[in-house]
Amino acid sequence: MNPNFLDFEQPIAELEAKIEELRNASHDQAFNIDEEVNRLREKLKLKTNEIFRNLSAWQVTQLSRHPARPYTLDYIGVICEEFHELAGDRAYADDAAIVGGLGRINGRPVVIIGHQKARDTRGKVRRNFGMPRPEGYRKALRLMKLAERFGIPLLTLIDTPGAYPGIGAEERGQSEAIARNLLEMAELKVPVICTVIGEGGSGGALAIGVGDRTNMLQYSTYSVISPEGCASILWKSAERAKDAAEALGLTAPRLLELGLVDKVVREPLGGAHRNPRSMAVRLKAVLLNQLDELGALPEKDLLEQRYQRLRRYGAYQE
Amino acid sequence: MNWLQKIMTPRAPTQASAAGKGKVPEGVWEKCGGCGAVLYKPELERNLMVCPKCGHHHAIGARARLLSFLDEGSAQEQWASLEPTDPLKFRDSKKYRDRIVAAQKSTGEKDALLAMSGKLKGRPLMAVAFEFSYMGGSMGSVVGEKFTRAAERALADRSALVCFSATGGARMQEALFSLMQMAKTSAALARLRDAGVPYISVLTHPTTGGVSASLGMLGDLNVAEPKALIGFAGPRVIEQTVRETLPEGFQRSEFLLEHGAIDLIVDRREMRDKLADVLGLLAKAPRAA
Repeated sequence: MNPNFLDFEQPIAELEAKIEELRNASHDQAFNIDEEVNRLREKLKLKTNEIFRNLSAWQVTQLSRHPARPYTLDYIGVICEEFHELAGDRAYADDAAIVGGLGRINGRPVVIIGHQKARDTRGKVRRNFGMPRPEGYRKALRLMKLAERFGIPLLTLIDTPGAYPGIGAEERGQSEAIARNLLEMAELKVPVICTVIGEGGSGGALAIGVGDRTNMLQYSTYSVISPEGCASILWKSAERAKDAAEALGLTAPRLLELGLVDKVVREPLGGAHRNPRSMAVRLKAVLLNQLDELGALPEKDLLEQRYQRLRRYGAYQE
Repeated sequence: MNWLQKIMTPRAPTQASAAGKGKVPEGVWEKCGGCGAVLYKPELERNLMVCPKCGHHHAIGARARLLSFLDEGSAQEQWASLEPTDPLKFRDSKKYRDRIVAAQKSTGEKDALLAMSGKLKGRPLMAVAFEFSYMGGSMGSVVGEKFTRAAERALADRSALVCFSATGGARMQEALFSLMQMAKTSAALARLRDAGVPYISVLTHPTTGGVSASLGMLGDLNVAEPKALIGFAGPRVIEQTVRETLPEGFQRSEFLLEHGAIDLIVDRREMRDKLADVLGLLAKAPRAA
């Protein structure tokens, strides 16, 4: 098994390995194998299509956490022609689980904030697996306020298992840090566009997720609790995560249907990690469109529409 | 019989069964969760469920809480007909619909938040309280909507808003709808802040998760009852994550006070006096008797 592929992706891994093998062989040998490679490529496409046509909520959950999935800085690298990372909450520390800074997209200044994960062990520890502590949220807030002060739109990229549940995090006011961001984002006087690029883990995600638009990449997830956490509480067994994922309705198309997100951004065949560049280019186009729409609104209308948008969330009867 | 008992009589048995953990004959006697003393239930209720011997704060139902907090005869329940639906047809080991029915039956409440307009020492006020015995006081769409309406009413009337929380956080069975209530209620509180309408958050045992990380920590004053468990993550989750034993008193009111997260700790029996005083000062009004 190839560790860079999920179990349901293994047929893809096998076909890719075969293609690679043939291509390497063709360097040494005289006969032409192009035809065979093309045949296998076609087969790969069909197979990938077949696998991705009917993904379960649990499979999408796994994709949203895929080890090869692009992270915030990967997107920034493609989307922005310049980016200057800014550090620190000015009070306690710089939390590497959240990155942020000033950037430029198609000539337009933006402030970008996002959760940041890493692929290697040292990086994972430094980034705390993308789980911010209060100082991360306070850094984010500082950058939001910077955006507001200079009238620059804010883009956020969401990708976290959740806010870090640790002793220090509690001591320094994890609840307050999240709550403060919700309140401030609700009234930030610039356009705010939030995009879930991977895992949208509960309050830790929402703390940079309140704005004028919520986008989700096709295979990202957004949930009040992880399927594992939900299963261990409601089914008394983390083994039932599959059922919990289904019940929570945490996939992008489902949440669009429920009116809880505004747009689903289609991913390349096989997921964002199969073609990170094309994913980033697609996302960039969506963001530019939304920046145009929101930029045209007077501040008063922008804020009133944002309030009414938040106000509408809920399903009840009376 | 005092006024509180008169109002509470029909509900008293429910609360007794919810609070009664000790092996004491049901109904009349209650074992104190703090000092173990056997207490006469009507007397405990007269004392707002605070042990007269050791000061331990037992759980108090949302209705009893609001009725005892507001001036006698001034309370009027608001938006009482708001009820949950089941937008996801959620089903775990039980159906969410069945859980709703069971919770409504055992608590006599439609959902986990009660709202009342009334007066505090003569001054108009909006007050809301979480009913912990209703699915752990969890916040779903009804709680979020009712809280938001209460905030909007307080804004329109320019009267203070007081919230008593007792909750495990967001309600899983409403999934992302629940999470979004954090954003919705916080947005409503932002408007109160802009208008200079006071919001006092009273954190009672326990207040964790999505409620703590939204409306719970956003008070102009954050007040806690003694020894309440207050935090973002629950202690079990933290213990599993950090794999060490948590320090004594971790996430209790006194710990939060020491770490600067709350303004003050107030005994339930002094809550009316204390909040009336600080609200009077914020309103630049003369001190109420």
